[in-house]
Amino acid sequence: MKQEINEQALLQGLARNETKAVETIYRENYNSIQALIINNNGSADDAKDIFQEAMIVLYEKVRSGTFELNCQIKTYVYSVSRRLWLKRLQQLNRYSAPVENLEGLVPVEDEIEAHEQRNLEFDMMNKAISSLGEPCKSLLEAYYLQKRNMQDIAASFGYTNADNAKNQKYKCLMRLKKIFFSHYKNGTSDE
Amino acid sequence: MNDVQILEAVERYIRGEMNPDERLYFENLRKTNTEVDQLVVEHTLFLQQMNRFGEWQKFRSNLHDVHTNLTETGKINSAKLTGKAKVVYLWNRYKRVTAIAATIAGVTALTVSSLVTTFNPAPENAKVKELVKKVNDLDTKTKQLDTKITNADKKNNKKPIMATPVRYNGTGFLIDAKGLMITNAHVVKNSRNIFVQNNKGEQFKAIVVRLDVARDVAIIKIDDDNFKQFPSLPYGIRKTSSEIAEPIFTLGFPKNEIVYGEGYLSAKTGYNGDTLSCQIAVAANPGNSGGPVFNHNGEVIGILSAKETDAESTVFAVQSKYIYQALEELKKNSLYQHTKMSAKSSVSGLSKVQQVKKIQDYVFMVKGD
Repeated sequence: MKQEINEQALLQGLARNETKAVETIYRENYNSIQALIINNNGSADDAKDIFQEAMIVLYEKVRSGTFELNCQIKTYVYSVSRRLWLKRLQQLNRYSAPVENLEGLVPVEDEIEAHEQRNLEFDMMNKAISSLGEPCKSLLEAYYLQKRNMQDIAASFGYTNADNAKNQKYKCLMRLKKIFFSHYKNGTSDE
Repeated sequence: MNDVQILEAVERYIRGEMNPDERLYFENLRKTNTEVDQLVVEHTLFLQQMNRFGEWQKFRSNLHDVHTNLTETGKINSAKLTGKAKVVYLWNRYKRVTAIAATIAGVTALTVSSLVTTFNPAPENAKVKELVKKVNDLDTKTKQLDTKITNADKKNNKKPIMATPVRYNGTGFLIDAKGLMITNAHVVKNSRNIFVQNNKGEQFKAIVVRLDVARDVAIIKIDDDNFKQFPSLPYGIRKTSSEIAEPIFTLGFPKNEIVYGEGYLSAKTGYNGDTLSCQIAVAANPGNSGGPVFNHNGEVIGILSAKETDAESTVFAVQSKYIYQALEELKKNSLYQHTKMSAKSSVSGLSKVQQVKKIQDYVFMVKGD
């Protein structure tokens, strides 16, 4: 019972991106995932990659609010990592023998599909933002991602007043939305 | 209201920053004006995506920090594969390839060697200028005189190293956390003593451990007790070649502090179709030689080496796969056989500013005499 409460607290911390919670989950699970990957044709770099992907899946899941703790974090992370690694192996044609140790797994197919869809969307956004060039990229990042206010931005980007900065931001935003939505409607990140 | 103001109103509405009166007015506007309504819907979706993207980015960078942190403090065992485990891993991965490659290699080697001897063109490199910075000769000579005089004065003084004049300047970057660095062969080949200096101005002694003049790649090693090893490198070295038009950036030391340059990959081959190198468009000056060329993921794709003398910003870089080759050669020496480079970059997805901030400590000025 106590462990369950602990895990609940950890997940809530994770949803808020608190370093301490992230660190705890990381510390308790990383080594077993690394062992899984390395014993199945992977390298330490692959392990880091896959584990972090799995952490993102868990993060998205707790944030969506639909995560009910019907299994331990450990089981969940393991199941996701295993599935992700199998997929990766298949893509690389390095698929040799099935990854063993089937007991204690939970089904994660849906989550992984949703995760891949999100990755696609984020990739789209990332590409759209990168293709803007400067100063648009930094300006929009400062306003929409770092959530700084317009006065502050005007000062640090060297605009004479907040209105000038606003006008510039507006032009940049229009470009970004145009690029983003043209990809978004196509439903693919291909150029 | 103009477009800028409408958008501002929409954003405030979505964020719930309007007071009740304003809100009422705006909702009325929304009902009567379909364009505004459409904008609200569209912008809500957009802001949602943007916010999620921002949080995702933050989470990823947090994950990376946690990983580095836990590895440093030894709480997770993310050691590189060593000894038997590595052999098993490599064998499993490459056993089929190895067999086929061995057969093909034999035949090809014979054919190629005969072709090469027949068709090898005379080297014509006069139009390409290596970007090593030669410090003014006259200056050097006076300094040498100075040194001789001071040395004659204090023959017992045991610090002649610091007094030696610098004749070549270039750039180099770490390829493993323990102090192995890559630079151009032409930066270090004529030097007796080599020093590297980081952006903070700290200077370390280095030695050449491998020199490949044909490919213009040199591996040097920082050999100095004051050098503190890094836990890991923020960037990886790309194994495959890159695509034309890929945006790239460079870091180098054309002057006494680190300088950033931005450009794109313009051709997959170098001067006169040289397949060892590739062509990039970026501003480069003497002193940039040996510096890393990064793609937008922060992976090293090349070593900046030379520029064409009669064309502006036509710069050539040795392709990064030759870093792997050079390292393979070096690994035959038992001292270095456990060296491992990563192909994965941990700064991918970060903004350029963040990437450079994380990378710049790993790029050094290389000085030789």
